[in-house]
Amino acid sequence: MQIIESPKVYDAIIVGSGAGGGMATKILSEAGLQVALVEAGPFYDPTDPKFMTQLKWPWESPRRGAGSTRAFGDFDAAYGGWEIDGEPYTRTPGTKFDWFRSHMLGGRTNHWGRISLRFGPNDFKHKDVDGLGDNWPISYDDIKPYYDRVDKLIGIFGSKEGLYNEPDGFFLPAPKPRLHELYYIKAARQAGVKVIPSRKSIVTKRINDDRGVCFYCSQCSRACSVKADFSSSSALVFPAQKSGNVDLFVNAMVREVSTDSNGLATGVSYVNKEDRQEYRLKGRTVVLAASACSSARIVMNSKSGQHPNGIGNGSDVTGKYLHDSTGSSRSFFVPQLMDRKIYNEDGVAGMHVYSPWWLDNKKLDFPRGYHIELGGGLGMPSYGFGFAASEMNMFVGEQTGGYGDKLRDDVRKYYGATMGVAGRGECIAREDNYCEIDPNVVDEWGIPVLRFNYTWSDNEIKQVKHMHETFEEIFDKIGAIPLGDKPGKDSNYGIADPGRIIHEVGTTRMGDDPKTSVLNKYQQMHEVKNVFIVDGGSFVSQADKNPTWTILALSMRTSEYIIEQLKSKNI
Amino acid sequence: MDRRESMKSMLVGTLAGGLVINGCAPSGEPASQGVTPKTGLYGRMPAEIARDQQLIEDKFFSEHELETIAVLCDLILPASGEFGSANDAGVPEFIAFIAKDMRYQQVPLRGGLMWLDNRANRKFGTNFKSCTGSQHKELLDEIAYPDKATPEVGQGVRFFNLMRNLTLTGYYTTKMGIDALGYKGNSPNVWDGVPDDVLAEHGLAYDEEWLAKCIDQQTRNEIAKWDDNGNLLN
Repeated sequence: MQIIESPKVYDAIIVGSGAGGGMATKILSEAGLQVALVEAGPFYDPTDPKFMTQLKWPWESPRRGAGSTRAFGDFDAAYGGWEIDGEPYTRTPGTKFDWFRSHMLGGRTNHWGRISLRFGPNDFKHKDVDGLGDNWPISYDDIKPYYDRVDKLIGIFGSKEGLYNEPDGFFLPAPKPRLHELYYIKAARQAGVKVIPSRKSIVTKRINDDRGVCFYCSQCSRACSVKADFSSSSALVFPAQKSGNVDLFVNAMVREVSTDSNGLATGVSYVNKEDRQEYRLKGRTVVLAASACSSARIVMNSKSGQHPNGIGNGSDVTGKYLHDSTGSSRSFFVPQLMDRKIYNEDGVAGMHVYSPWWLDNKKLDFPRGYHIELGGGLGMPSYGFGFAASEMNMFVGEQTGGYGDKLRDDVRKYYGATMGVAGRGECIAREDNYCEIDPNVVDEWGIPVLRFNYTWSDNEIKQVKHMHETFEEIFDKIGAIPLGDKPGKDSNYGIADPGRIIHEVGTTRMGDDPKTSVLNKYQQMHEVKNVFIVDGGSFVSQADKNPTWTILALSMRTSEYIIEQLKSKNI
Repeated sequence: MDRRESMKSMLVGTLAGGLVINGCAPSGEPASQGVTPKTGLYGRMPAEIARDQQLIEDKFFSEHELETIAVLCDLILPASGEFGSANDAGVPEFIAFIAKDMRYQQVPLRGGLMWLDNRANRKFGTNFKSCTGSQHKELLDEIAYPDKATPEVGQGVRFFNLMRNLTLTGYYTTKMGIDALGYKGNSPNVWDGVPDDVLAEHGLAYDEEWLAKCIDQQTRNEIAKWDDNGNLLN
């Protein structure tokens, strides 16, 4: 098989079109650079009726939206999931890691929860606070100007709260809380748990003429047809294409970064999934943004005489320090919400309020915090609605089960009467949580796959135990009844398996010391000055915060550094 | 279904919780090109369309099984007032699809139907679908109430839980079911807070400090402007 080489030499080849790649595409192309954007999945445009799932009714799906082919159900806008046919990964026996991938233009930004939390000053220097993990080579002050610009460019609602480690930004106003959220606010305050408006990248007030304003359908997970939520496709890639400087390659699975005899990157080679041929693109710089683990995989698979351990991986740090958020959840029956009046309660996706971390770890038996997310309300039925509809009768002294008209009454009585809460916490990055190349397995494109090795430590398990204690404490204040059993020691207090929260980061971390990090503070490889990694791989630690906003800010900063470095001919 | 399992399932439904393309126009084929899916278009990938098509063409249940399911569905959810029955909402067809889509449901469903026929035969000398109304009631009453059912019919209780779940979910995800439930959303809207009468009924109120952080929906279409400190100016 011959490798087909393109004659064009790009200023930058960007691999992956999610948050990091989308931002790099926008900044670099608008500065006049010739950019190749290489995406492993198909084209996707949330505004095109062909792709739209927004505002579909459950009966439009024969399985009523069940998750038979998409992990989060038929109407979710993520192609892919924790398992993809033809693209396996493996795990070291005795360890767990579930890897969520979404190969499509915009990647996972098409379906995510839009929870957009800045990291705070402590989050960049947490080793200084508790001696654990490592500090970032940058501080909050270094990245603050970029967070500010991301806020204004993309749009985020929230509120100014003046909390030290939850810095305020340039917020659009928040939506008003719904009924179940008013109950949560009341309960959380009584329990001494901080509660504030959510911070989400959803446009509640117009930010420009290109993007629409939220019309409150609760369906950001389906990607917004009026571009009122942040998807990399609609908010970054499509605007960038207007520059005329972007060549978009879809269904293009990158195998490796190619290098010259000096060890510098010369481009990438990829498999075109449509004709199964291998192609090579040439570029002056390569910007990896394929997701933390996919970029690490490309790095480790890019072996050459100059880089026998994978490109820029002389330190052997690539793949290590992989960490995902901790997570655990519980549901409650709220008797006050029985027999509610029904009205249109659709809001922005998910929650209008949340609890940022509010405690001091010095007084606790675990390090690092978590935030609390919540759900509930009069949602649209889909597959699973009505399951065990009459079970809650047990809480009101009535018989469970049954059939006939009584069931209709039960469905109606308990509609909107339950709430769910979930904790999302910080896991400390460890060298011995890692992904590596499996020496024996390839995917259907012939590319060696990742093998994961990940375990939770006592730190995370104790943190999750605390989450559950808090959940019960909060809901007890309003007399809500916990559903199911509180997870105990035997199930590690219900901690979600690693990878399940889909915040995996850290696999090509940044640092000042080339021996203990892959990237410098500009997400530039220590060993290969024209390769950058702008996804979550560069994170030294993840805070208890969803990583997207930080990926965007760092990618913006790095992209401008690339422009400057190219101009001054340093690369 | 034991209690813990049923709790888990109870939560499922209640919480949501190589081609170079230049410019904006994709040269790739749309996801739905080539086949006209019988299921309608709901943003499917080509592989998903093909899978749906295959499932629709496949047969799993026999005629007798489908007839039994139809009888059961309408016993679980008969017509009521202005709203039609499970059969009126097409629930048996939905269950037939689910059995093909989720293969792990096949043995519990098929075996459960057989268990029920066997039970009917032993008690009344005929299969379930041919029983009289009072015989149906007697058969269902012994498996429809998990808390008082005898251990002897444990498998029947489990089957009936499954049938009840599928019937309810199949019903309330149709237009008829959504109308019966009264769900009002899934349409463009402007959320501007809990209605006053609902707040009053629950003895709750918005506090002023919180409301000050919320969107004044009259201004939603004005382009946002901030001062240098992130204070919104409009």
